[in-house]
Amino acid sequence: MTVDALEAEPDLLPRLGAFARLLHDVGMDAGPGRLASATEALAAVGVGDPAAFRDALRTCFVSRREELAVFEAAFDLFWSTPNASPLAGTIPGRSQPLPLSPERARAWAETLGLNQRSAPKPPEEEIPAHSSGYTHQELLRRKDFDQLTWDESEQIKRLLQQSPWRIAQRRTRRLRPARAGEVDLRRTARHSIRSGGEAMHIFRRQTRVRRRPLILLCDVSGSMERYSRLLLIFAHAVARRENVETFVFSTRLTRLTRQLRQRDVDVALDRVAKQVHDFSGGTRIGDALAEFNRRWARRVLGHGAVVIVISDGWDRGEPERLAQELERLRRSCHRLIWLNPLLGSDGYQPVTRGMAAALPHLDEFMAAHSLEALDELGRFLAGLDRRRPQRMGLPSAIH
Amino acid sequence: MARRPESIEEVLERLAAERYVGDRPLATAIFLALKLGKPLFVEGEAGVGKTEAAKTVAAVLGARLIRLQCYEGIDIAHAVYEWNYPRQLLHIRLMGEGSDRERAEREIFSPDFLLRRPLLDAIDNDDEVPPVLLIDEIDRSDEEFEAFLLELLSDFQVSIPELGTIRARQQPLVMLTSNRTREVHDALKRRCLYHWIDYPTVDKEVAIVRARAPEASERLGREVTELAHSLRDMDLYKVPGVAETLDWVRSLAALGADRLDTALVDATLGAALKYQEDLERVRSGLPELVERAQAAG
Repeated sequence: MTVDALEAEPDLLPRLGAFARLLHDVGMDAGPGRLASATEALAAVGVGDPAAFRDALRTCFVSRREELAVFEAAFDLFWSTPNASPLAGTIPGRSQPLPLSPERARAWAETLGLNQRSAPKPPEEEIPAHSSGYTHQELLRRKDFDQLTWDESEQIKRLLQQSPWRIAQRRTRRLRPARAGEVDLRRTARHSIRSGGEAMHIFRRQTRVRRRPLILLCDVSGSMERYSRLLLIFAHAVARRENVETFVFSTRLTRLTRQLRQRDVDVALDRVAKQVHDFSGGTRIGDALAEFNRRWARRVLGHGAVVIVISDGWDRGEPERLAQELERLRRSCHRLIWLNPLLGSDGYQPVTRGMAAALPHLDEFMAAHSLEALDELGRFLAGLDRRRPQRMGLPSAIH
Repeated sequence: MARRPESIEEVLERLAAERYVGDRPLATAIFLALKLGKPLFVEGEAGVGKTEAAKTVAAVLGARLIRLQCYEGIDIAHAVYEWNYPRQLLHIRLMGEGSDRERAEREIFSPDFLLRRPLLDAIDNDDEVPPVLLIDEIDRSDEEFEAFLLELLSDFQVSIPELGTIRARQQPLVMLTSNRTREVHDALKRRCLYHWIDYPTVDKEVAIVRARAPEASERLGREVTELAHSLRDMDLYKVPGVAETLDWVRSLAALGADRLDTALVDATLGAALKYQEDLERVRSGLPELVERAQAAG
């Protein structure tokens, strides 16, 4: 079958274009290139077999695992509706909610000739199961960052954005020409041909250096309320220039890397407030780290990453779990640093159960209560050396 | 010479004939990759049979398999070509003083002095059947290499300054695999057809075990598969893949087991689990797990 043969189904190509628009609306990449390959694919498998039809389109439009469920739902919705030829009636719908805004959902229902009941529904707001907090009540409030005075927050933002922090570099395995280093046989040989095989000049090359990735795990639970806003500005200031992944946690772990890449600090922080429902709930650090270790560690901890946990260590979970997950985390990164805002206050002793359990598993334990403390952290990160730290008992910071 | 499959069903049958238990979506993806001449990007957790799929496709087509294993820092010298410098220098020396420089250059920059790496091999092939190029674990390479691949996969040509541009006379079938240790760039994915290989269902995995480890008894195969599936539901750092199930079945069969037995399972647990914490956690509840797997099998 050729593309021409698809003309036996004159409606199909426009329908396919409309389907690509639906995929686009639910956040997938369905540009002209993919549409063209979908057309070719349908020409190759034909339109008689619903399963092959679905498999072919999936192969062309999906490009990551997370998109699979969305694709299936969109496919069910689109190709089983009365307006969609030629497959109407042959596709059993599974009616999963699609990530569409209410307006877009209404528009699509109209396009597809659906009645209100079978129209796509926007996904329900996800309410996490009951979890404990120091307030004995889940504080699923969507907090605004309006408690710092405007002057203060502007000042802090400016200062953070101007600070010259650059995280330390590591050697990669890529080589580049250099004055010193190992002999670059390729260039040496190339040039020695001119002198009849005599190497008049030895060329050399060295491994290239790259900045280390920085991973931030920031506690935004109730006990950290006074600091989380500031520390997210901090995270944001760093994230804009470097290879940084940002996660926040309290009862759950949320990845905020994308939101914090927004150019404007306030827009980014608004998005944070929108996404993190459990701002100021209780903390289960061990659970959050466990989720990080399982879901994210292998994807973001490559290339000699430095991990910074920002928390006061007030943990509602089991200290053993926290210790176990921290140990695991430390073994998969270059350096594990814990910032504790309380460390700056006079007479602070790391006596909370969580903090006490955590200490033996950290490479560094530092303060994070003021700009001055963050500056010190910036200097420290810039000075990280290539070697792994010697890992043993309690870190020096608390002696 | 093997014929190109003409339909999705034929792909499926011929995969099965090579003892690869696939499913229709995978067969469709392979069929389309052949038909549309596009690279196939196969993603999935470690040990679900991505590399095996590429090897099997090569066998099905009667084509040569050219494999490029990616790693951090892989570059053109390791992936495409390199001049054989020691030989070149030796050659110049042998030509002696006063020889014609232009002639010398012409001679030493000829195909005889070229070390062909997998990508050049795949592009510059005279095979009867176009080869299958497997670019394995692309997620382990870095962005520079990805950018280079993107170029290569759109033109199927390689420039060697001293020799000129080498264009593929016949395109290889390209399969890329990724374990998703990082996201591969969208531009590269956009060039490819995509297929996600999930963990198989129990029945499908039993069929895989039957096909790949025929020396084990059917009962052992089913019980180990049940056990592997219950481990996949546990909260472990690294759950066993299909490759681990197969290793496990083979280990137990080698020890003479024809059904599960707690002591033997304990002794061979390392075939399935690779982290100390996971081993400890599973060992603590092993008798119940084995019992449940036996009941289910």
